[in-house]
Amino acid sequence: MNTSLVEMLESIAQAYGPSGYEQGVRRVLRGLVQQQVDELRVDALGNLITLKRAARAGGLKVLVAAHMDEVGLMVMDHTADGMLRLAAIGGVDARLLPGREVMVLAQEPFPGVIGLKAIHRAREGYENAPALEHLVVDIGASSREEAQRLAPVGTALAFPARFKVLGPTVMGKAFDDRAGCTVLAELLRHGPYPHDVYGVFTVQEEVGLRGAQVAAYALNPDVAFVVEGTIADDLPKDYDESPTSRLGGGVVITVQDGSYITPPQLLDFVVGVAQELGIPYQFKQPGIGGTDAGAMHKVRAGIPSVALAVPCRYIHGPLALLHLADLEHTARLLQALVERVTPAVLLPR
Amino acid sequence: MIDLELLNTLTQTFGPSGHEEAIRAALRQAVEPYADEVRVDALGNLIVHRRGTGGGKRLLLTAHMDEIGLVIAHIEANGFARFAQIGGLRPLNCVGARVRFANGAEGVIDVEYREQGANEIPMLRQLYIDFGAPHAEAVPVKVGDPGVFVGALRAQNGRLISKTMDDRISCYVLVEVLRQLKSTPHDLYIVFTVQEEYTLGGARTAAYALEPDMAIAVDVTATGDTPKALPMAVELGKGPAVKVQDSGMIAHPLVRDWLIEAARAAQVPYQLEILVGGTTDAAAMQLTRAGVPAGCLSIPCRHVHSPGEIVDAQDVENAIRLLLVALTQG
Repeated sequence: MNTSLVEMLESIAQAYGPSGYEQGVRRVLRGLVQQQVDELRVDALGNLITLKRAARAGGLKVLVAAHMDEVGLMVMDHTADGMLRLAAIGGVDARLLPGREVMVLAQEPFPGVIGLKAIHRAREGYENAPALEHLVVDIGASSREEAQRLAPVGTALAFPARFKVLGPTVMGKAFDDRAGCTVLAELLRHGPYPHDVYGVFTVQEEVGLRGAQVAAYALNPDVAFVVEGTIADDLPKDYDESPTSRLGGGVVITVQDGSYITPPQLLDFVVGVAQELGIPYQFKQPGIGGTDAGAMHKVRAGIPSVALAVPCRYIHGPLALLHLADLEHTARLLQALVERVTPAVLLPR
Repeated sequence: MIDLELLNTLTQTFGPSGHEEAIRAALRQAVEPYADEVRVDALGNLIVHRRGTGGGKRLLLTAHMDEIGLVIAHIEANGFARFAQIGGLRPLNCVGARVRFANGAEGVIDVEYREQGANEIPMLRQLYIDFGAPHAEAVPVKVGDPGVFVGALRAQNGRLISKTMDDRISCYVLVEVLRQLKSTPHDLYIVFTVQEEYTLGGARTAAYALEPDMAIAVDVTATGDTPKALPMAVELGKGPAVKVQDSGMIAHPLVRDWLIEAARAAQVPYQLEILVGGTTDAAAMQLTRAGVPAGCLSIPCRHVHSPGEIVDAQDVENAIRLLLVALTQG
């Protein structure tokens, strides 16, 4: 097991950073990578943009993006008896919320519990998961005024930090996309590469791929790699159906998702390198989800983009699970791709 | 006269969104003798340049070369394949359709009747492709492979029937414009775009790179002239349609009027088009950089996104005439 990779994942995943409120995780990432890169800056939207210069001149400009934001919740109102009403930040899985502990990201973060009418008194809705508008966060406040003071409208909430190694797998929050951030941070610890590598930790992916779009515009790279933590739904099924991806099945390569189609020549390059190095890989089920590649490929005059991912179970919920071998394989493949990419593999056939 | 050999090549050549290699090669071959410069950009758009004689504008005309299709998502142990859509593939048009893959393999789409009932509109996940394969190992395609409808070209009653008239009929129009255009004052870029059916990403990036003064998409549009069709004023055979508005854009009035003037000057009939559901490359081009006056010349087309799309041959020829006059006059 690569101890440093696990430690890095822990420190990155434990940091808070719902979309639009990435300052906490940005601080952690900055601390992790600033000694490893030649330049580092934060842009207007909050993207953390780093540059690792090429070993020598004449290479490509390569962008590698991982989004540092996570899904979460936001205080949108207060009830007369001091409860917080909720809005979603990104595609949070509301089915998993009732009864959960949640962190209120005030100046000093403090916990609350997501409340619902007691099961003893519930007359309806017992069969179905309650919608977000039926849930509140109980922070122990006894009046609207007190709740307003402790957690004003606009305060973000996140799932509490948890991290545990369970043998070959690890359990924790926000692996989408702190797994990708870990892979990118690992890339920046090595090198230099034959190309200028812009490692970008993007903001606001979960609410519309916004950070990646402006970062790609600013940097105008020759090629963009996106590193993700993606859906692994390899649970027992009623009939013969492929999961989106499988835990322990290797690096997840996107052929096509809801936001873009991988250029065939770039897909062949990625698969070819994986095969040559004996790195296990799998194709993500086509047509599902979206990543920063969906925004970046159509920036300016067009940027060839491809997404790799670490398969993670239960993303967009309080706790996810990933297999460390998948994390290591993704880090290894990304490094090989950045070393081997050439102008020729980017040319449409 | 319609060049049926060229149209056959254009409609039958494989090219779902993101996989435009073969159709790009076919178009390149068709336009190269009539272009000052031909190049392919980072996303795969085919960019054709004709220099103007001077005094004109920098014009961008597009037709998208990609087509809707499907992509293999899963192969069951018993040899049936499941799929996801590429672009606006409708389940209603899939049942019973034959589909073809880049390697030439063909399959037939059908539905899980036990859960579905033979007369209801199915969900995409209830459909499967039968390759006649007895088990998974015999299936001639793999996960990630794209496929398209099969549908031969046929000329009949002055109409043209084929798969992928959307938007190869417009590719045909622009190839003919390049062939027949003797000279133009305009600095003319004709771009055969990628991925219109998916994200409009090809036209968006091409318009960014070329910075035109005006952009026109040539594309098909729906009609209201079939039994109990959704209400729409466009009919087959009444001339090419000048777009006023669709669900993604309002045509710039100067572009719209420029096309109408050209129709009058060329003495060809035209129709005004308001499309309620759907849009074109023009919607993306209009919003690039600081904004581009954009519009659309449409070829009326029945049964869009089905294996048998029908256009009128006269409408096609009139669209070519209209564009030739527009480009010659300035």
